[in-house]
Amino acid sequence: MTDKITDRDALVRFLERLLAIPGMTVYAPVAEGDGAAFDGISSASEALLDFPGAVRSPRHILTPMTEKLLSMGPDGRVEEAIPTPGPAVLFGVRPCDARAIAFLDRVYAGGDMTDPYYRARRDALTIVSLGCREQRPTCFCTTTGGGPLSPEGSDIMLEPSGKGWSVRAVSEKGRALADATGIVVESNGENPDTGSIGAEMTPRVDLAALKKSLDESFDDPRWQTLTAKCLGCGACSFICPSCHCFDIVDGEEDGVTVRSRIWDTCQFKAFTKQASGHDPRPTGADRFKHRMMHKFSYCIDSYGMPGCVGCGRCVEACPVNLDIRRLMEAFGGDGLE
Amino acid sequence: MRVERIVTETEDGSIRTISLSFAEGSKPFAFIPGQFSELSIMGVGEAPFGIASSPMTPDALDFTIARVGTVTTELHYLEPGETIGLRGPLGNGYPVDALKGRDLLVIGGGFGFSTLRAFTNYALHPDNRGGFGRLVVVYGARNPGLLLYRDDLRNWASRDDVQLIVTVDRAEGDWAGAVGNVPSHVKGLEVDPASTAALVCGPPAMIRYTLPVLDALGLAPSDIFLSLEMKMKCGIGKCGRCSIGGSYVCIDGPVYSLARLRELPGEFS
Repeated sequence: MTDKITDRDALVRFLERLLAIPGMTVYAPVAEGDGAAFDGISSASEALLDFPGAVRSPRHILTPMTEKLLSMGPDGRVEEAIPTPGPAVLFGVRPCDARAIAFLDRVYAGGDMTDPYYRARRDALTIVSLGCREQRPTCFCTTTGGGPLSPEGSDIMLEPSGKGWSVRAVSEKGRALADATGIVVESNGENPDTGSIGAEMTPRVDLAALKKSLDESFDDPRWQTLTAKCLGCGACSFICPSCHCFDIVDGEEDGVTVRSRIWDTCQFKAFTKQASGHDPRPTGADRFKHRMMHKFSYCIDSYGMPGCVGCGRCVEACPVNLDIRRLMEAFGGDGLE
Repeated sequence: MRVERIVTETEDGSIRTISLSFAEGSKPFAFIPGQFSELSIMGVGEAPFGIASSPMTPDALDFTIARVGTVTTELHYLEPGETIGLRGPLGNGYPVDALKGRDLLVIGGGFGFSTLRAFTNYALHPDNRGGFGRLVVVYGARNPGLLLYRDDLRNWASRDDVQLIVTVDRAEGDWAGAVGNVPSHVKGLEVDPASTAALVCGPPAMIRYTLPVLDALGLAPSDIFLSLEMKMKCGIGKCGRCSIGGSYVCIDGPVYSLARLRELPGEFS
């Protein structure tokens, strides 16, 4: 039976078909506190289909907050804990979060050194994105090179179309999933319907100009004044879909010695403190500058794209309203208004 | 890796060198002086250390370790015969091929000297010595009690194919050698800048004051190589900790030419 996603009920049917695939794990936005977070679901009714964007990013599905790397049993043998996940679908991410996964792919699975833990989870995962009909006040995806229908990182993009969605198969993986669920692929991405999203999503800073300006601004005294209110709490990093720095710690789990990696952030004081006590980034301004520089300059050098997808979560999460867009504006030329 | 022996290097006991051999099931690997490895004790942790021995003696690896935290304390108190984990070799190492035929200034301070000791023993090996020109080693410590590798220092002092200057900031006890900081001794050297390359590793202050001296001697930034210290975790360019600009010290370093470093943000000293 084939189907088009002509309305919300059809979207629910699609989700039900995904859940009906034997052995398939489906991650979707579910209610968490006042907002939404991505988690495994067992029925379509658990999924929040009309959410404007999850409070927490789906990054934990590919890089868990705590991830076991090694374990050592009583016999002293050390074994790698590389996961062997079954097939999974990440359903209902927004294009910004899908693009963040495309970025994580470059970090963990690009270059000479592929991370086998990430690779295993990533290979098993197919990403179904919901294109955006509306924007939130904190959104700035287009300023970072993305957009409300950007297909980067998605396997299937559900593009808003009338009351429903037009299915676009972005990758072979996506086409296979469309076939497996009997969903008709209708769109080639050429006639996007972006709803109410219009001129206000025009990029407000030119990325290349921002990078050039940042590269010339390492010693700019404005870093001190513009970041003075930063508390160093790291909320911006932990809520970010593309932040990926981790620490490695040893501990014990059920009587077994384990080595795990845990999320970390360059905003914490001890992040670069050396054994000698020397710290190349001793102040909060140094650390916030590093966050900006890493996202909008260093990542472009290393991975060919910025380490920010403009999801706006950090703008919402910051307890002192330190708005990364204001820093982009300050260093990036023409400004946001 | 099997712990063969542990030598206390300094009079205050804060720095020890552990020698590791390859335990059953693992075999020696080729490496370049200046590369590092991660040493691991499961349940305690893992930390990166420069390989302090020469690749010409590949069956045993030396690591010189200052006791500063949990992992280093455990490493200090290992007993011969115990086994620990190792991941390596990691990082780029000194550019040994590009250094062939050059006169070399080896400049080290504190326990940043460990990989320079590896390099010096590598260069002095009979198979390699002819491949390099003049060899000058300047090594400094805060006081005589903190000098490392005393057997090597005696050995090098007895040779006529290496010029050795060992200096201390403060003379103590029966110290009869050179006194003064490292850059002040580098300043007095006569070198042919066109044919000379420098390898530098030491504390930030030593680096800061040595670089202008090398510049005054006429060395080009592309002929000055620094081995950098940055806090590391994964050692393979993923965890994000040791970045300097778009470069990760663990994979693109730890050895950088000064010319390359000047293209990166000024976080290196």
